[in-house]
Amino acid sequence: MTESQIVLEAKGITKQFPGVLASDNVNFDLRKGEIHALLGENGAGKSTLMNLIYGLHRPDKGEIIVNGKTIDIHSPNDSIAAGIGMVHQHFMLIPVFTVAENVMLGDEETKRGSLDRISVAKKINEISKQYGLDVDPNALVGPLPVGIQQRVEIVKTLYRNAEIVILDEPTAVLTPQEAEDLFRIMRDLTTRGVSIIFITHKLKEVLAVADRITVMRAGRVINTVKPSETDSAQLANMMVGRQVILTVDKKDHEAENEILKVEGLTVRDQRDLETVHNVSFSVRGGEVFGIAGVQGNGQTELSEALTGLRSPTSGTVTIDGKDLTGKPPRVITESGLAHIPEDRQRHGLVLSYTVADNMALCDYYHPPFSSRGVIQPKALDENSRKLISAFDVRTPSPFVNAGKLSGGNQQKVIVARELSRDNVKLVIANQPTRGLDVGSIEYIHSEIIKMRDRGVAVLLISAELDEIMALSDRIAVMYRGQIVAVVETKKTTREQLGLWMAGAHVQSA
Amino acid sequence: MQEEKQSNSLTRQILQSISNAGLVPFLAILTAVVLGGIIIAFVGGNPFLAYRGLIEGSFGSTKALSETAVWATPYIFAGLAVALAFKGGLFNIGAEGQLAVGAVFSALIGYALPEWLGVDLPTIIHLPLAILVGMLMGGLWAGIVGWLKAYTGGHEVINTIMMNYIALNTTSFLLNGIMKDRSPTNVIARTPLIADSARMPAIFDGLRVHWGFILALLVAFFIWWLLNKTTLGFEIRTVGLNPDAAQYAGINVKRTIILTMILSGALAGLAGAIEVTGLNYRHELGFSIGYGYDAIAIALLGKSHPLGIVLAAFLFAAMRNGATRMQFLTQMPVDLISMIQALILLFVAADAIIRYIYRIKAKGERVVLTRGWGG
Repeated sequence: MTESQIVLEAKGITKQFPGVLASDNVNFDLRKGEIHALLGENGAGKSTLMNLIYGLHRPDKGEIIVNGKTIDIHSPNDSIAAGIGMVHQHFMLIPVFTVAENVMLGDEETKRGSLDRISVAKKINEISKQYGLDVDPNALVGPLPVGIQQRVEIVKTLYRNAEIVILDEPTAVLTPQEAEDLFRIMRDLTTRGVSIIFITHKLKEVLAVADRITVMRAGRVINTVKPSETDSAQLANMMVGRQVILTVDKKDHEAENEILKVEGLTVRDQRDLETVHNVSFSVRGGEVFGIAGVQGNGQTELSEALTGLRSPTSGTVTIDGKDLTGKPPRVITESGLAHIPEDRQRHGLVLSYTVADNMALCDYYHPPFSSRGVIQPKALDENSRKLISAFDVRTPSPFVNAGKLSGGNQQKVIVARELSRDNVKLVIANQPTRGLDVGSIEYIHSEIIKMRDRGVAVLLISAELDEIMALSDRIAVMYRGQIVAVVETKKTTREQLGLWMAGAHVQSA
Repeated sequence: MQEEKQSNSLTRQILQSISNAGLVPFLAILTAVVLGGIIIAFVGGNPFLAYRGLIEGSFGSTKALSETAVWATPYIFAGLAVALAFKGGLFNIGAEGQLAVGAVFSALIGYALPEWLGVDLPTIIHLPLAILVGMLMGGLWAGIVGWLKAYTGGHEVINTIMMNYIALNTTSFLLNGIMKDRSPTNVIARTPLIADSARMPAIFDGLRVHWGFILALLVAFFIWWLLNKTTLGFEIRTVGLNPDAAQYAGINVKRTIILTMILSGALAGLAGAIEVTGLNYRHELGFSIGYGYDAIAIALLGKSHPLGIVLAAFLFAAMRNGATRMQFLTQMPVDLISMIQALILLFVAADAIIRYIYRIKAKGERVVLTRGWGG
């Protein structure tokens, strides 16, 4: 096979943001009809590089060459004109518009002053047929499944005649099966001459789909390799810069008595829609009970109802025999809950408070942190110094604002605060490692397993199936607000879980 | 050694943060004064003479100093009221109304209680009672808005403004009606004089500055201590900075919102009560020339920090007090002072202008005054 022509080349790209060199003399090229994966941890500079190519930022140094010509990209309009399209991690779609309306948005076809939906729909059908995308131009976008919405985004780029498509973390919101579909579409696109840049941090995916893999770390390109010449251990090594243990070291552990018992729980969200229907399960001491599911299937409301942030409409929640249904967070915390919340910046921390204050955020009101209503700074200080060293939080001092720490260290502050409480019987961890670097993920996983081995009950909610499978003893799958299956991890497979996550109803095993 | 170095750099950090916090307001004042001078010159006045008059009139003599302190007293109380609410994430526009409610009830206790009881009360009971009732009523008045915010989501900006109308017009009704001074010569809407036992003594003979001024300084310190050293302060600040995290941390957010408004209203009520017991010895319609509105400006200029508020209150007091002398020396209208005050606030609020003029880099931390309409 001859090396095909280079369609996009970035040469010596350098971009300095205040305090970080986000892109350090980066060289990158994309050949016609290839899938070139860009692999790296959060903050490695993948998105910065793509934003520079797509025109959302301007590089300080370096040039971007498309089809042999150096082009000057000032805004996304320039990059679109040069044939570059980008599908962002968070879709840029308007739910109350149809597919056709969304596709033409920003580039509307008109006929005598009104929108020409018919010819746009025709063009979408052509694209859809040509690339095997299977999208109905007249469907409303809102009710479409996430996988289809993503295809709409891809159609949007093709509609604008993109020959280079950038996909930013496209699998983050997909079930394994939907991801397989996406990979098939990606391959179809490449056989028709489209070139794809595939941004991800998932090793398995790049090995499965990419033609070439470029690994970035700390704003630099570490290496570009072919999948046939590498393996996940080597890639992980390049990503992190050191040896990484990919599996969680977990011994068998006998589950003990029942700690958390949930019966017939039904919860409504703030729009008053019933997002959790009649959910029942229980978690025993010494086991990790994982709840798998694609994001937005009721996990958020379920965990809010269990931790007291939201009142359920019916059902009961019992912790260690005590009925805590609809009780406020403090009562539940005092009954032995440690809660690692889904959104660490919204719920878990006060970013403009110091690390020391944040480490006492839930316990400030009782001794030793306060005495007769007066805060004891010395106790806060001692507590934080102890936790900073015990949980390896990288911070210059306990008096630095939590907002100044990296995401991984912010999460460690929360984990340290929650897991160090004396009376913990139950840990509820919701997306505990989302957006974190590999080192922090390893650390948080090992802390969760430590709790389990001490006989604490752990409820783990995560959209990352790998995380669920690595940590859990039993797995429940949540789909559209219901638990559709509960299985032992040993007795199931990724594929089986993926089917349940996509809504294939099966009796619990 | 290491430890010493660390604590040393910490002290420096604290000093740094104080100078950072004070820098923008200081430069805002400077710029406004320069601009004000240019305007004075433009309309044909002598800016140097005008500012000399302003300084003489506010700090030039013992009497001038005493009068500045008299002006500063309600400014400090009301500024603290607004700042405390800011810290709790609430925008209390209603200090003016709460102040009037405090003044009315304080005056009522002051003149009517001995009549009702039929005995003369000793100062040790009567004076604190008049002040406390004023505080309490101001607090309850604001507490209504807090309750509405917590339980119905009704926005405190709208509700405090509406409560101002109710308070000020009810006050007018009372002072023209059942509470009106019945002495035959009186034509003004005002209450009778309060009993001697409800009056605060002057600090020095022959000067109007009263013990309420000292109380204001003590209360400023107390509020600083409350906000930064107590669990209640921790709760108020947490709710103000991140109500979601506060709920997660087990803080009763609704209760804290109501309590914050009550405390804020009590401080504004205290401002009214002190004016009655310390200075005017009665409540008179129109005695408050916008203390409650100036208080918002003072809280803003003082960056909601009690020390900053004391300083900002002094600045506003000095400008108000010195204005007469300025007018006397240069025939510049007193309204000029309002204009300079407005310029100062403009520059503090839109600090990007000051940062641009003086090339100061933003330190990343912005003063968040309110969480907006959705909050």
